[in-house]
Amino acid sequence: MKNFLISLIIVLIPTKTLSLIEVDITRGNLDPLPIAVSSLSIDEESRKNFQNILKKKNIGSEISIIVENNLRTSGLFNPLNKDAFLQAPDIANLKPRFEDWNLIKAQALITGKVSYVEEKLRVEFRLWDVLAGKEMMALAFTTVPNNWRRVGHIITDKVYERLTGEQGYFDTRIIYVAEEGPKTQRVKKLAIMDQDGANNKFLTLGNELVLTPRFNPTSQMVTYLSYFRNLPRVYLLDIETGTQEVVGDFPGMTFAPRFSPNGKKIIMSFAKDGNSEIYTMDLENRIVEKITNHPSIDTSPSYSPDGKLISFNSDRSGYQQIYVMKSDGSNVKRISFGKGIYGTPVWSPRGDLIAFTKLHKGKFYIGVMRTDGSGERLLTENFYQEAPSWSPNGRVLIFYRETKTDSKGKGFSAKLWSIDLTGYNERLVPTPTDGSDPSWSSLLSN
Amino acid sequence: MSEGAIMKFNKILKNTFLVLVACFALSACATQKVSTGQMQGDVYTGTDTVEYLASGVPDRVFFATNESVLTTASRETLRKQAAWLRKNSNITIVLEGHADERGTREYNLALGERRANAAKDYLMTYGISSDRISVLSYGKERPVDSGSNPLAWSKNRRSVSVKAN
Repeated sequence: MKNFLISLIIVLIPTKTLSLIEVDITRGNLDPLPIAVSSLSIDEESRKNFQNILKKKNIGSEISIIVENNLRTSGLFNPLNKDAFLQAPDIANLKPRFEDWNLIKAQALITGKVSYVEEKLRVEFRLWDVLAGKEMMALAFTTVPNNWRRVGHIITDKVYERLTGEQGYFDTRIIYVAEEGPKTQRVKKLAIMDQDGANNKFLTLGNELVLTPRFNPTSQMVTYLSYFRNLPRVYLLDIETGTQEVVGDFPGMTFAPRFSPNGKKIIMSFAKDGNSEIYTMDLENRIVEKITNHPSIDTSPSYSPDGKLISFNSDRSGYQQIYVMKSDGSNVKRISFGKGIYGTPVWSPRGDLIAFTKLHKGKFYIGVMRTDGSGERLLTENFYQEAPSWSPNGRVLIFYRETKTDSKGKGFSAKLWSIDLTGYNERLVPTPTDGSDPSWSSLLSN
Repeated sequence: MSEGAIMKFNKILKNTFLVLVACFALSACATQKVSTGQMQGDVYTGTDTVEYLASGVPDRVFFATNESVLTTASRETLRKQAAWLRKNSNITIVLEGHADERGTREYNLALGERRANAAKDYLMTYGISSDRISVLSYGKERPVDSGSNPLAWSKNRRSVSVKAN
């Protein structure tokens, strides 16, 4: 975990370009951009050093594979098969022969170089527009060798940003609940992994039930629900140090926690005498405020990114619906009016949309609507799925899906899935065990 | 018989036949309902999963989808529990509230709490002190039946009274 905080010193090598290739991410991309990701070249001495340290035969090629996988899973790019590449990595990085890359139909090309400099990993890479025959971007940075996977993610973020004009989401992590065992006695542990499923670690042992972990958008803190000593309470966990504490001193169940956008407050539900209300607690001065006041169930609160509004789930109309109110609890307005019942509203980090879970005629949907409830769009339908969490750039949603069991109760599974806001590019997110309740971190390198 | 009368008779026959068909269809439905059964509306009325706190004192009550209203049968069960608790005044209980898998996790945690409290309130009206009853919601986390069908879900929508000491 210590390595995590090593700062990446990014040196910008200025390149002069007009707008060259652009990738439109606002619609379903059925025609992903063909891109060639050349292996990062490496000199023999550096290669041997990294082989000793990282037990990887060729770290340059390993990093380029991470970039390729990231680009492919984004659905916006089609990384070409390396067997077809004509130019060697070291020469391509100096000056690509654009005719060669054009021949294999690459429209963009990534080249680069890794070297071992004073016990650190130095990487430089370039993005080329093959058709225009021009360099679009060149960057270099240095980090500890153990961060080599993150190097691949940062390169992908920079390429994605340059080609789409939007922030990337690859140098990020997912916290989720790892699940095992029979459905009637599930063992659940907190787990964390890189966005691509690598570096999976379990953070709790499974002795007590844990649910709904959520990242602080500004730090490596997590809030979640634990049944420690059979008292369901909201906890705060520092994933760097492993220290944790109960949030507030409530005489009953606290649940459904989330951070405020500045990371300084936790908003959650507190259930007492059959009534659940929404509360906030300021993490600095510990002041607790009651936000809702209604005899119905009020839960699943989520702040707008400017912190001025809160969306939440309430059954005050008789069934679960989505409401929006001011952050002081005033001005409550119902925004979901479609057929079916609605839950788990989550405000997009871009501010313009609310993602939700919907149940209608026995099917569960993940969808999005504008913050006034208009423009409802359902992205995916299934037997059971819920709990969407946004990628930090607001372009992808991760959620979990459970399977229907057969007449004997067999065949249950819970898996993480992701889908683009466009409704395309639905993918299983690999986890070593079953998984649920995913939460996407902010960009680590910000 | 006049022609009109014959036609009338035929019509009666035809209607009778229709009524017979309808009866058959209804009875088929009714039979089916009883056999997969053990539900009234969508509230579980069977005894498969029920355990007993003492002889004749069932430990759990069941709820309709999304509801926390106690049925007549539930109230009867809770009155038996209250009588048993009055007789055994040293016993304290935890009411564990549960939901089925057809709802979002957070809402179900709140719903489980609401169901357990409905049972708690009823026990209190029959003279059981609130300091002998604690409430614990599991939401949909601890189903008793792992099936994905209406009967399994009905068994899982429950509040269970568990001896705490």
